[in-house]
Amino acid sequence: MSKSNLTRRKFLQDSTIIAGGLIIPFSVPAGNRKTVLADGADGTKFITQNAYLHIGTDNTVKILLAHSEMGQGVWTTMPMLIAEELDCDWNNIKVEHGPAGAPYIHTAFGIQLTGGSTSTWSEFDRYRKAGATARMMLTQAAADKMNTTPDKCKTENGYVISASNKKLSYGEVAEAAAKLPPPSDVPLRDPSKWKYIGKSKRRLDTPEKINGTAKFGMDMQFPGMLTAVVAHPPVFGAKVKSFDASKAKAIPGVQQVVEIPSGVAVLADHYWEAKLGRDALKVEWDIDPAKAIDSRDQLDSYKRIASTTGVAAAKAGDVNAELSKGSKKIEAEYFFPYLAHAAMEPMNCTVLLSENSCEIWTGTQFQMQEQTAAAKVLGMKPEQVMVNTTFLGGAFGRRANKDNDYVVEAVHVAKASGKNVKLVWSREDDMRGGYYRPAFLHKVQVMPATDGKPGAWKHTIVGQSIMQGSPFEAMIQNGIDPASTEGISDSPYMKEIPNHLVELHSPVVNVPVLWWRSVGHTHTAFVMETMIDELAFAAKADPVEYRRSLLKNHGRNLAALNLAAEKSGWGKSLPAGHFRGVAVHESFGSSVAQVAEISIVNDALKVHKVTCAIDCGLAVNPDGVAAQMESGIIFGLTALLYGEITLEKGRVKQRNFHDYKMVRMNEAPVIDVHIVKSTEKMGGAGEPGTPPIAPAIANAIFAATGKRIRTLPLRPEDLKTT
Amino acid sequence: MVKLTINGKEHSVDVRPDTPLLWVLRDHLGLTGTKFGCGMAQCGACTVHLNGEAVRSCVTLVSRAAGQKVTTIEGLSKDNSHPLQRAWLEDDVLQCGYCQSGQIMSAAVLLRDHPNPSDSDIDQAMSGNICRCGTYQRIRNAIHKAAKLQKEGGVK
Amino acid sequence: MLSKIMGGIIMLLAVLVISVSFQPRVNEDKAVLDERISKEAFLEVYKVLMSPRCMNCHPKGDVPLQGDDSHLHTMGVTRGDDGKGVSAMKCSNCHQATNTPGLNQPPGNPTWHLPPADMKMVFEGKSPRELAAQLKNKDLNGHKTMAQLIEHVSHDKLVLWGWDPGEGRTLPPLQHVEFVRQFKLWVDKGAVLPD
Repeated sequence: MSKSNLTRRKFLQDSTIIAGGLIIPFSVPAGNRKTVLADGADGTKFITQNAYLHIGTDNTVKILLAHSEMGQGVWTTMPMLIAEELDCDWNNIKVEHGPAGAPYIHTAFGIQLTGGSTSTWSEFDRYRKAGATARMMLTQAAADKMNTTPDKCKTENGYVISASNKKLSYGEVAEAAAKLPPPSDVPLRDPSKWKYIGKSKRRLDTPEKINGTAKFGMDMQFPGMLTAVVAHPPVFGAKVKSFDASKAKAIPGVQQVVEIPSGVAVLADHYWEAKLGRDALKVEWDIDPAKAIDSRDQLDSYKRIASTTGVAAAKAGDVNAELSKGSKKIEAEYFFPYLAHAAMEPMNCTVLLSENSCEIWTGTQFQMQEQTAAAKVLGMKPEQVMVNTTFLGGAFGRRANKDNDYVVEAVHVAKASGKNVKLVWSREDDMRGGYYRPAFLHKVQVMPATDGKPGAWKHTIVGQSIMQGSPFEAMIQNGIDPASTEGISDSPYMKEIPNHLVELHSPVVNVPVLWWRSVGHTHTAFVMETMIDELAFAAKADPVEYRRSLLKNHGRNLAALNLAAEKSGWGKSLPAGHFRGVAVHESFGSSVAQVAEISIVNDALKVHKVTCAIDCGLAVNPDGVAAQMESGIIFGLTALLYGEITLEKGRVKQRNFHDYKMVRMNEAPVIDVHIVKSTEKMGGAGEPGTPPIAPAIANAIFAATGKRIRTLPLRPEDLKTT
Repeated sequence: MVKLTINGKEHSVDVRPDTPLLWVLRDHLGLTGTKFGCGMAQCGACTVHLNGEAVRSCVTLVSRAAGQKVTTIEGLSKDNSHPLQRAWLEDDVLQCGYCQSGQIMSAAVLLRDHPNPSDSDIDQAMSGNICRCGTYQRIRNAIHKAAKLQKEGGVK
Repeated sequence: MLSKIMGGIIMLLAVLVISVSFQPRVNEDKAVLDERISKEAFLEVYKVLMSPRCMNCHPKGDVPLQGDDSHLHTMGVTRGDDGKGVSAMKCSNCHQATNTPGLNQPPGNPTWHLPPADMKMVFEGKSPRELAAQLKNKDLNGHKTMAQLIEHVSHDKLVLWGWDPGEGRTLPPLQHVEFVRQFKLWVDKGAVLPD
């Protein structure tokens, strides 16, 4: 039997080789933050490294990421920022995820987090400064060795070069540089001198992801480790009443069955045996019928709630008075279901537990939260828990879990069993594991003014709060969770409407909810952009022209809209049977406009092409921004066509990709992305591509069928031409 | 004991015969490039070549592979030199990367059968592989590029 | 066990009902009676052929059908020239020699395939008369004689799979023995095309 298991030792060896196989000569401190952590009194080495950058004596430039690579490209963008100032050899760059630790705390959020489409802009200065600091120190050290001064030296491609053309590589002077005091004032280069920023760079993680060597959490294997599969309750929050493990234990390879707070874990030598063990397990659950909700009842109850008065999130003028005047009032009710993130890599976590320490290997967006949560379960101090971030096989918000669900579960299994374990969720566990985009109901009443623009707009939103119980709970002010109202109460349209009222209801429901790529904008953009389209139609105006007239004071949305309209050939004729729809929406600091071109043949929708324009301010890696637009569009298209999690008696109905479908190659439209040349503030790219696509397509469907879409996902009847 | 030939190397594995090939590759042989995504042949992340065909290893029992020739992503080339790998590098196809082993293994069979595939050939061959990051357009373009590279450089 | 017995009783009743209907009518001569028996037998056969377990792999297009609602096979699966799929999407890439256990898992059979592109043998959308005509036409039925057809419906493993379709899939409306009996009856009484 061949054993090519990746052992811990081997993995660590690889890491050391990346660092040069030798001592790490120096580390660059993290900006102004005091980040040097003392070693523990008991002699334990602190796990936290205080650095983003190590230069090895072998010329290796090791870059440690504060953020997680989950597809969005930080593995490449952060090195671009460092390389811009460091003048290193791009080919010598090695990238690693940083551990959990203070140096990696998000510059804007105050906790360690990858999310909110913030990585590039929030690290723009910190990572450039790390590069610039290192270059100054290396230059000083080299100048000393060459008996010259730094001002007479230049740096190029990993070398310090003197006026007399003597060269020393960064590796050669790294050790000397490490002994120098870091400079306090580090100037950054003028944008006119940039070599990397603003120019597309190929991803640095591609080579290992095309030959099977990249390690995701699921790929962690350690000698003696067991694989755990957990039987979860059929209804969220239900507890184990009793269980019978005799048949499970009879399966060869099954080693242990243990009860944990979230269910019953079967531990086996390998996944398949653990899975068979769970199939054979008999568990009685203590289910509270009151908590076993039904999607249909939920919709009815949300409708009832919407007719009551909620908490005002935005208010101007006198909506009720204006709405009662005239006869052109448009009323609409929208419903959006729960959505699962369905990252390709199901949730998993590996835990190596010893008496005084715990080592975790997992794909996470939330390193320090996992560390703290694991420590709490174990009764340890956070610094006794080491979090190693692997590649993330997709995340979309799911791997920034506010309850640290899969990490806590894995730690419980390790604790209860006394074994080193890899917890593996099946696709079914993942699909039914909760933490969905909440279901939302919107009730909208609009009265057009005499010029056709909205004169009064009353908007009621009903849906669970995401921020409640999260590290960002403080964002909830006066009963308003901004994640429920973003894109509406702060919409540039709303600001221009003289009489408006946005009200929010945040019912508590026994279904855990979480941020899902573009969060509140997933539904708010749909309502705003289809309703604006409806108003344009009522005003007999061209949908692009109508939006232009409303967005006069929002240059950024306007710029994206104009570019998308131009590039899509808006207004020009289309092949017979083809229709266009448009949407523009600002989220995460960027404005994105999309024009969708569709046809409906035999009651089937075909999305031919999506033209997309984004104003994200400076695009550090333009092709990376384009990739995120493409990605966000497919994500939003999937939700429009298929996305729906429903509950029956508290049980989630969907379980795998056959009943929670994904857009596939044969349904993927051509996507044409354009980036607005912009000097606006930098915004995000990971999420803002998602919100506009569903309304753009719904508006195109209206152009084809004369029917407005108010419930997602699309139903067959939505595509029947009237 | 089940005898398998994987990437040209012979292995004997002590495993129950109803174990899916996927878990033998991953858990017993440490070949973790082949991914677990759904366990029901829906997503294609576990695609490997069994006697040259793009089988879904999550539903292919190890007994079916006994004595047969299996190629995994690790065995596609020694140095990322397969035309598909080169095209994937040049076109910056992937994002999270989790599905890409399966995508590439499917695409390799497509290129064998259709050295110059049309968009419709690509739709037909590649719609069994889900990419949640939505890299389909880049996969499509890279397959076209790989077809050219294959023609120029000969089949590896 | 109980369901098996019940099934047996229902089948027996069905046979009785059918037998009753085959009583010669007043002044009906044998030729007319045989024709009627043949036609009525085919209508029974037709129910089976048009059930999802049979029709799903005899689609009118080049995409197989799936499920009890006979929807187009997801993931863009296509027939291919030999009926075994194309390039990276061959039937046997997912469909094993036996049903994969579990709900919605791929059903299996050693010869899982569609009819080939040059002999599509479409069931979907066909009237009883059209389907009967197709089955009798050697140029459209896979070059089979009637005897070979009977052999096919009696023993072909893929046909038999229809009665062992795996978890969650509805069985054809007749039991296999009854299906074969009706098929033979149709053939024996002249393989008459229904009206």
